[in-house]
Amino acid sequence: MSYIISDFRHPNAKVNDLGLSKRDYEGALSTLCAGCGHDSISAAIVQSFFEMNIEPHKVVKTSGIGCSSKTPTYFLGRAHGFNSVHGRMPSVSTGANMANKDLQYIGISGDGDTASIGMGQFAHVVRRNLNMIYLVMNNGCYGLTKGQDSATADVGSAGKKGVANQFAAIDLCQLALQLGAGYVARSFSGDKKQLVPLIKGAIEHQGFAFIDVISPCVTFNNTPSSTKGYEYVRDHLDATGTIDFVPERQELKIIHPEGTSKEVKLHDGSKLILKKNSHDYDLSSKREAMNTIETVREEHKILTGLIYLHEDPKDTHAKINSVDKPLNSLSQAEVCPGSAVLDDLNAGFR
Amino acid sequence: MKETNIKNVSYFHKVVDCQYACPAHTPVPEYIRMIAARRFDDAYMINWESNVFPGVLGRTCDRPCEPACRRGRVEEQPVAICRLKRVAADHKSDITDRLPDIPTEKNGKRIALIGGGPASLTVARDLMPLGYHVDLYDDQYKAGGFMRSQIPSFRLPETVLDEEVNYILDMGVNTHLKQKVSSMRSMLEKDYDAIFVGTGAPRGRDLPKLEGRQEANDNIHIGIDWLANVAFEHTESIGEKVLVLGGGNTAMDCCRTARRIGGKDVRIVVRSPKADMKASPWEIEDAEHEGIPMFENHTPKAFVCENGKLVGMLFELVKAKYAENGRRSLVPTGEPDVLIECDDVLMALGQMNSFPWIERDLGIEFNDWDMPEVDKTTFQTSLKNIFVGGDAAWGPENVITAVAHGHQAAISIDKYCHEKDTRDRPPPGTTLISQKMGFHDWLYSAPVSDDLRFVVSHVDTELALSDRKIEVEKGFSLEQGLKEVQRCLNCDVQTVFEKDKCIECDACEDICPTDCITFIDNDEEDILRQSLKMPADNLEQSLYVSAELKTKRVMVKDENVCLHCGLCSERCPTGAWDMRKFLLHEAKAGR
Ligand SMILES: Cc1cc2nc3c(=O)[nH]c(=O)nc-3n(C[C@H](O)[C@H](O)[C@H](O)COP(=O)(O)OP(=O)(O)OC[C@H]3O[C@@H](n4cnc5c(N)ncnc54)[C@H](O)[C@@H]3O)c2cc1C
Ligand SMILES: Cc1ncc(C[n+]2csc(CCOP(=O)(O)OP(=O)(O)O)c2C)c(N)n1
Ligand code: SF4
Ligand code: SF4
Ligand code: SF4
Ligand SMILES: [Mg+2]
Repeated sequence: MSYIISDFRHPNAKVNDLGLSKRDYEGALSTLCAGCGHDSISAAIVQSFFEMNIEPHKVVKTSGIGCSSKTPTYFLGRAHGFNSVHGRMPSVSTGANMANKDLQYIGISGDGDTASIGMGQFAHVVRRNLNMIYLVMNNGCYGLTKGQDSATADVGSAGKKGVANQFAAIDLCQLALQLGAGYVARSFSGDKKQLVPLIKGAIEHQGFAFIDVISPCVTFNNTPSSTKGYEYVRDHLDATGTIDFVPERQELKIIHPEGTSKEVKLHDGSKLILKKNSHDYDLSSKREAMNTIETVREEHKILTGLIYLHEDPKDTHAKINSVDKPLNSLSQAEVCPGSAVLDDLNAGFR
Repeated sequence: MKETNIKNVSYFHKVVDCQYACPAHTPVPEYIRMIAARRFDDAYMINWESNVFPGVLGRTCDRPCEPACRRGRVEEQPVAICRLKRVAADHKSDITDRLPDIPTEKNGKRIALIGGGPASLTVARDLMPLGYHVDLYDDQYKAGGFMRSQIPSFRLPETVLDEEVNYILDMGVNTHLKQKVSSMRSMLEKDYDAIFVGTGAPRGRDLPKLEGRQEANDNIHIGIDWLANVAFEHTESIGEKVLVLGGGNTAMDCCRTARRIGGKDVRIVVRSPKADMKASPWEIEDAEHEGIPMFENHTPKAFVCENGKLVGMLFELVKAKYAENGRRSLVPTGEPDVLIECDDVLMALGQMNSFPWIERDLGIEFNDWDMPEVDKTTFQTSLKNIFVGGDAAWGPENVITAVAHGHQAAISIDKYCHEKDTRDRPPPGTTLISQKMGFHDWLYSAPVSDDLRFVVSHVDTELALSDRKIEVEKGFSLEQGLKEVQRCLNCDVQTVFEKDKCIECDACEDICPTDCITFIDNDEEDILRQSLKMPADNLEQSLYVSAELKTKRVMVKDENVCLHCGLCSERCPTGAWDMRKFLLHEAKAGR
């Protein structure tokens, strides 16, 4: 029996600027089904945080319930984590973020966890522009409970049970756009070249960053009749252009012929470089983003890549005007300044 | 790159680094697993089939397998392959009933073996079961060759050697001991169907022209002759102060032997820097452990005598200089010469072949170095019924090489005696069998132990030095041995990829702890090597490349540091990866 992964790694494996190896960003050995797309996304997360030189203990992983929501156990083993209640990842993340805004938040959810039971919480965390990455591992079904259609399953798509879905599909990217997310992207678990820069961009992004990652469920929804299987997705991908992430300090090395690429600056000076293709539109235009998603869908394709980026400088803390210090570091006296202060305050309302 | 042809057996053979490096191609991981299963007799017999002297080699092998062992590239130290062989030998029961049957009806062919070392004994081992009549000639009083006369008992107890030599002699080999063969012509006159020359490299180098050589002769000894004299008990003591000249394994055996029979102040003196010494690191370590200092960069200048007796040696101090082409020269430092006092000098300066007994008009071609021309594949000389192997063929090597030569020569002799083409070599026997039992269940122990190499314990040094026959190494305890075997990565359990089953979910690429697997656009080898998830910089290790997949990419696996942990296969939803045990048995005469 080998539910065990060796401690040995490639002898030439590099360390990052913090002197940490990739191994320091791994988690426990996954117990998901062999071939589950979610595992590839975990690997992309490991790679992204490793390459971005983020100290694992400065990261908070939150999740709801589902195979997808189990994955935080399989990456960033040294980060903080809260595997919460079905559909309730947003409120747990909000609470944690309120307590300590200085950490990096990554919430992992599933299409069931987000588009069904957690729909209400999802809508409001987007509206509030909580400073976090919200990543949905989207397989069009409830994997953990044996593959029932989820609310993102396309009309006519049929999983292992063989019955085609009759209900309209929710497009989580469009929803996030509509609700005011500042960073909206879609990707595919089988395309790390695209997914890793998108996660890196989301790490840099200040405010709510949403990534919808199509992630086939090999066990229940990888049939020829499913629109979320490996083969279908690969055949129907249509990217907004290949993408590279360039950290602030690094020179531009990726050279595309003049006029064929564009730079998108992130708040700290790092850039996302997009190779232009036929979907060249203004990424900061919500309307064009919506339009492009629709146009591509009409062609029976799936739009992936960075879909929308418009940084709203005011995250939840700014909007509610909270103090600069993380709330968890406030002393008793600061939180509860005493009756004299209360009296003064009341006096002001007379 | 082109798709890898895994049907070509040499592909997987090469992945099993230890077996590939072993001159006799011993199926190392297979016997290691047998030890793990406490099947010591089976482990012993796998060895015996390949290398004929498991008990001897488990103590003395030069172990070309260990530097090749994949484990040494993953962590600090390779698997203790050699000492595990000894574990099999130490713990086996009586295996005589497993030895091959010897036909009572002979095949009518008569073979002469000249020299009774491992090469000749291996030829006998392979030909006796086929019904040959074998005559073995050796100038010593017992067979075994240098294994007996040179390798000291404190490294190889005589009982161990006797047992393994006797397995062969007891097949009915006709021994002609204490008989030096002094004429090949007279051997040819005996009308053998074939003659095998396994006479080793029996002449030790001297410093005949060095000042004082003649005068001090009584106290100057040629290392290998002296070791043989000690082994056969003609020499029982040596002076208190001994200088050993030379930096190879013979020098190590000389100095350690001297320490045991009277040498109190024994020193090794080498011309070169210590780092360039030829002896195996473990032999140097053992000598140092016995309190033997090494003096480097000392070039012998003269033997110094007083009243006709050796009192010391004079050395010039030198420094190594390396030219641009890497060639070393030793240049004098100009410091004053050094006199080192001594009672005896042992010269361990290398060995040479010598064939004064082979007449040059018999049709055996000799080359510019006055060595017989021997074919590298068939071991045949220009006189078609004469075969040469072991140290006699191309100069001093080691026991395992002599054994490998013996196997190959036996194949040729058998073919020659049956009028078949000796160039037509039989292929090895191979099998490739899936190890899958269930989702996480394998027929081998897939998890990788992270233990560091276990150290073999030694007897107390004082006790060891008191008697040259006390074996220094105690060997692994069973408990240690059973842990050491778990360090083996099972490199013969091959990762086999079936392209048509792959759905390109990347699960194997993601899980592989050592980043061996990359799905990538195909390219030329050198470009591909640099574009993998981890650059494949070890050019000696192959890339396993699949045919084009649906996405037009290919699967590329760098074999270099694969742990053979099976996780790629466990993570594969479609069974595109499988772990299959590749067994390769080198061909033998008559099969
Ligand atoms: C000091 C020393 C230590 C060594 N230690 C090791 C070790 O630890 N591990 C290792 O792998 N190798 C070791 N070797 C090398 C190893 O012993 C040889 O490489 C190996 O024995 C060669 O085998 P062979 O069959 O070719 O010949 P040999 O073993 O040399 O046997 C040849 C035999 O033929 C006899 N002979 C020669 N000429 C004639 C003749 N004309 N008529 C009759 N008989 C003749 C010789 O006396 C000898 O008995 C050591 C060598 C030396 C010198
Ligand atoms: C409150 C509550 N309701 C229902 C469930 C049962 N349940 C567990 S997981 C799950 C769906 C998960 O689907 P998704 O989020 O898409 O995750 P996946 O397993 O597909 O990755 C459901 C309905 C639950 N655990 N808790
Ligand atoms: S059931 Fe589906 S989603 Fe869940 S682990 Fe298995 S393949 Fe992944
Ligand atoms: S790990 Fe085992 S199989 Fe692999 S090279 Fe070393 S001894 Fe041989
Ligand atoms: S067996 Fe497979 S997973 Fe394990 S190290 Fe080798 S290639 Fe990687
Ligand atoms: Mg789901």
